[in-house]
Amino acid sequence: MNVETLTRPDNTAEKKTQEVVFPFPEEAAQEKLSVEDVPVIMEIKNIDKSYSGSSKVLKDISFDIRKGEVLSIIGPSGAGKSTLLRIINRMIEPNSGVIRFQDKDTLNMKGKALRHMRTDIGMIFQHYNLVDRLSVFENVLHGRLGYKSSLQGIFSMYSEAEKEKAVEIISELGISEQIYSRCDELSGGQKQRVGIARALIQDPKIILCDEPIASLDPNSSRIIMEYLRRISREKDITIIVNLHQLDVAKQYSDRIIGLNDGSIVFNDVPEAITAESINHIYGSNLEELIVE
Amino acid sequence: MEKSSSIHATDINIIRKKHMKLFITGLILLALIIVSGSITNYNHIDGLASIPAALQWLFANMYFSGSTLSRLPTVLRLLWETILISIVSTTTAAFFAMIFAIVGSKRTSVNGFLMYFAKLVASISRNIPVVAWALILVLSFGTNAATGFLALFFGTFGFLVRAFIETIDETSGDTVEALKATGATYPQVISKAVIPESMPQMFSWVLFMIETNIRSATLVGLLTGTGIGYLFDLYYKQLNYEMVSLITLAIVVAVLIIEAISNLIRREIL
Repeated sequence: MNVETLTRPDNTAEKKTQEVVFPFPEEAAQEKLSVEDVPVIMEIKNIDKSYSGSSKVLKDISFDIRKGEVLSIIGPSGAGKSTLLRIINRMIEPNSGVIRFQDKDTLNMKGKALRHMRTDIGMIFQHYNLVDRLSVFENVLHGRLGYKSSLQGIFSMYSEAEKEKAVEIISELGISEQIYSRCDELSGGQKQRVGIARALIQDPKIILCDEPIASLDPNSSRIIMEYLRRISREKDITIIVNLHQLDVAKQYSDRIIGLNDGSIVFNDVPEAITAESINHIYGSNLEELIVE
Repeated sequence: MEKSSSIHATDINIIRKKHMKLFITGLILLALIIVSGSITNYNHIDGLASIPAALQWLFANMYFSGSTLSRLPTVLRLLWETILISIVSTTTAAFFAMIFAIVGSKRTSVNGFLMYFAKLVASISRNIPVVAWALILVLSFGTNAATGFLALFFGTFGFLVRAFIETIDETSGDTVEALKATGATYPQVISKAVIPESMPQMFSWVLFMIETNIRSATLVGLLTGTGIGYLFDLYYKQLNYEMVSLITLAIVVAVLIIEAISNLIRREIL
């Protein structure tokens, strides 16, 4: 049964969900990105990471990130997915390696340059990481802080253009009714959309998503994944997403990176994934996995 | 599945062990009471037996009359002064405690040295009791309201730094990460994530300390010769028990009112 799910073409399920959520542009969905045509925006080379004393979390990680692609990182718990994601925007420092982003070496950046690099990379989280006691509007505008001086930020001096952009993004994500609501009044799916809005208003080149649907019900999960793919197609923003669900990764990504014990064991289009490669990534046979 | 068959329910003695622990803890407590009582020559039976007589004396001497009541305005004026001093010292202490807590919390600290320095200062000022602060400060500042203010300030400051650090640690980990990832500066992260997230709980701690300090202020006033504590001391030494009981009653009522008000505020902000 599981093997069937694996080999089945996902088109039917895909079309159904599109109708429900929003009119997804048909040609954009069908468009196959030929890898060579798309420019590389970030090169990651030979990244090693170990936390003090313990064994290596990441071993010699190298891969390219291309413009506008949806890149899923899958692997068992503890494989280093979260660490890898946070190394990309330097929330965690690697021990060695090189990251080139927009022709600059990000690992040498300090202070202002580092902050500037981070404004180009949005991030959303499993637990949304919103300021619960503030409104949706304020939380979304937090995405602009990186562009402001400390004082401007502290006194919430956002420009009219920024506020208009916030309203626009909030409406696009279908949460305009909640714009005045405090974030602790929202459902999980709504909170994650606020998270996406906060990332989008940064005007990023890349959005990092750390287990974005791990705390959501299946319907909210689908909506969030649809939004993420739509963002990559319409705005040409690269989406890098850590996932636990193999099927979701296969359905929504342009490329999948499989991580096991700190090493990349798979890096290819979803169609190329086989029972054997899954065995490599998860270290167990397909029949033993729940792939729903 | 077949691996688990070797475990029998009768072999699992978790519950029996818990009961044993509880029983032993009870025995230790009982032993401590008996030993400490015999060392200090305090007899629990005698102590309990003396309660009725003490109550009788209380009712006979402390029941105040109309003439005592006429001095109520003086009592209220000094009580008001005491309440104000405790509010001012608590809020001032809260302001400084907030700065130290931000520096001292591992989530928001600037560097390790400052973090331990902030914790050390707080720990010292917390571990010297308010009474000791009052006695030390009265030597250098003399008997005036400033001494009372400072004594309360130091005690409160130390306690609030610790409470605030715990609040920050608990409430703001995730949002600090999110805002840092947007490229926000340190002051922005503090003002937009840490303060909004921890404000209600910090406010709750401040209200708690105001209540506590009104009680402590009475004691501090007794030592520094100011406020309601001074008045209490004065009449107590004159053996004017009617006035003493009037003052005590006024303090109790004041504390109850403050508690009610702060509960009301707490419900609104949380």
